[in-house]
Amino acid sequence: MVKSKIFNFTLSFCILHFAFCILSLGGCTSKKPQEKKITIWHWMSDRKDAFEVLAGKYKEQTGMDVEFKLFFPPDIYSQKVIAAARAGNLPEIFGILGEKKTVGSFVNAGHTLNLNTYMQENNSRWMKAFYPQTLEVVIFREGNSYGVSQGIYGVPIDTTVMQFVYNRSLFEKAGFPPDSPPVTFDEFLHYAKVIKEKSGVDGFVCGWGEGWLLNCLASEWAINLMGEDKFLNTIEGKVPYTDKQWIEVFSLFLKLKDAGILASNIATMTNKEAEDAFSKEKAAFSFNGSWAVNVYKQLAPQLDYAFFSLPQAGKYPLKVWGGAGSSFMVNAKSQKADGAVKFLKWLTLREQQKFLIKETNNLPAIKDCQEDFPPILKNLVNSLNVLTHPNVWPQNEDSRVIEVINRGLQKIVMGLKSPHEVASEIQEVKERISSR
Amino acid sequence: MRSSFSDQFTNFSFVFPALLIFSIFFIYPFFYTFILSFQSYDLISQPKFVGLANFREVIVGDKDWWPSVYNGAFITFWALTFQNILAFMLALGVDKVIRGNKFYRVVFFILPVLSEIIIGLLMKQLLSSEPVGRGVLNQWLHQLNLGGMACNWLGVERVRLVTALVHCWKGFGWAFVIFLAGLQTIPEQLYEAARIDGAGLWQCFRKITLPLLMPVIALILVLTILGTMQAFAMILALTGGAGGLTEVPVMRVYNHLRGNFAGLACAEGVVLGIILVAVSFTMFFISKKIKEKYGVLPS
Repeated sequence: MVKSKIFNFTLSFCILHFAFCILSLGGCTSKKPQEKKITIWHWMSDRKDAFEVLAGKYKEQTGMDVEFKLFFPPDIYSQKVIAAARAGNLPEIFGILGEKKTVGSFVNAGHTLNLNTYMQENNSRWMKAFYPQTLEVVIFREGNSYGVSQGIYGVPIDTTVMQFVYNRSLFEKAGFPPDSPPVTFDEFLHYAKVIKEKSGVDGFVCGWGEGWLLNCLASEWAINLMGEDKFLNTIEGKVPYTDKQWIEVFSLFLKLKDAGILASNIATMTNKEAEDAFSKEKAAFSFNGSWAVNVYKQLAPQLDYAFFSLPQAGKYPLKVWGGAGSSFMVNAKSQKADGAVKFLKWLTLREQQKFLIKETNNLPAIKDCQEDFPPILKNLVNSLNVLTHPNVWPQNEDSRVIEVINRGLQKIVMGLKSPHEVASEIQEVKERISSR
Repeated sequence: MRSSFSDQFTNFSFVFPALLIFSIFFIYPFFYTFILSFQSYDLISQPKFVGLANFREVIVGDKDWWPSVYNGAFITFWALTFQNILAFMLALGVDKVIRGNKFYRVVFFILPVLSEIIIGLLMKQLLSSEPVGRGVLNQWLHQLNLGGMACNWLGVERVRLVTALVHCWKGFGWAFVIFLAGLQTIPEQLYEAARIDGAGLWQCFRKITLPLLMPVIALILVLTILGTMQAFAMILALTGGAGGLTEVPVMRVYNHLRGNFAGLACAEGVVLGIILVAVSFTMFFISKKIKEKYGVLPS
């Protein structure tokens, strides 16, 4: 009886092991003959049609097939790319969603091609075509904290800028000149309160259920209140989050709450819901990315709105959260890497960028396209000179600290915690993580 | 009679496909989760062994882990009480209904069949205030001249309770079906004999229905605890965690996985698994003791 059990167990183990080996070998079949096709994975559902038109045009010009494969929503796309990297099945061109640390991991694992040589060809013509702040997002400099060799590891295809946006019609109804948005934080509160009283709409709406929007806004106000150096010193652990100026930053969110201008349940709202609410004129102000132009156009083509810079709360120069909105990376292990780079060079030429501006209302990645901007995007041009983004900072904050910051800000606007309590919690987590 | 090698091989070949699938999709991930929980792994780079650091982070380091377990326990408490009592009462009612019995079964079982995400999004539209869902429930209340009851259902004061109640509303169908199946296994003759002996409705319920349903009740309690402590999608769609007020353990696992902290997420999964196994065994132990001591429920 015992012998029989041992026999069964051994037999099961051998057969399972054999099956695993067969399956593994199945995954290592010899490479298919090289097709004349470049495959690109992306998550940009709003650009699906435009990309397909461009792929057709490229085929006409060069005879090379380009296939854009859309994976949506972005979370699913992100998982797909990571799984494909592990399995060695990445396409020729792909995008990486996430922090610079994630891009660094892809580079260190040998999945992403260093484009330095290509960018510097012909006296760096390709490199010089980009907005420097936009390209900076995909550059790893010498001695970076991610342990990545110096190089350019991606090609930005557009630029994103985070800005405040206001409803011009509601401004007029409340008696404010529609071309004069608030400049300071106090003015902003005043405008939002008055519009709320007169029109009965919410003063401010934003997708703060998605923590990154809170983090983005808090970072902009922090840089404005304490200067970029002190802000970056905090990330490096030289300034605590319990510093007086950080408390001031967190207190701005309390002031927003106390002014009664925030949309109800703003702390659980998604950005999509906030965009929907703003496009339906249910709020006077919002904070959103430049992609919102396309979103509002689809949701409410007649919406009369404009962008404006962060309402200032401090004395330091404003920095605008932005840079490369979407970038493509070239698979370093692909045999068609050269062809992939050629396509990306073509995609970032002025003609193709102009087409993308027209079709998708996104800011381009390259310079010299301003005259083709739709009017609504033209007032974002100045902010392209003052962009900042975690991907260009010398060091990124640990995502667990960012999570506590976002959660803390949500608790402040929900009235559950004070700025001091939130600051202490953040600092505690920061110290715990730094001590490792 | 001893079976030959070819018999054993033939027998095994029938089981093999299922065993293979089970091994690849259940056994391997189960053990891999344990292995990863001792590693620092961002899903792309090579994993690094970190010993018990992830477990230390979950148990003593992460200030949001135990509150998330509390939130899960809070929803579980409502599911164990409100949801199961409702399901039991409905099952009792349907068990006695001769006409339309099947209709009620289908109606009550529709909700558990629906996707959690859909329930979450629909309830968000229904319960939210302006501007998100335009306050559908509040508008109904106003139309019914019950405007005084209109409020911010997903506001700070109510969001946790409302989330628990939505979970109960979505989940009571499961318990209902199991209770009903259990009730229908009780022989009618027992009730007839008891009635002849002069037993009333309450005595029949306490001395026949409840004792005979004890195994079913124990099963439902364990399934409720396991199911509710792992609830996630509906809560994510309904509140997104509401600044931690409705964040449940699986949501933390999900967030850490999204942040590419796979080792930490696996450690959280293991800790949650251990908690659930411990609670389940305790529940089985208690129900067994009750049965052994009293044979029936204590009066």
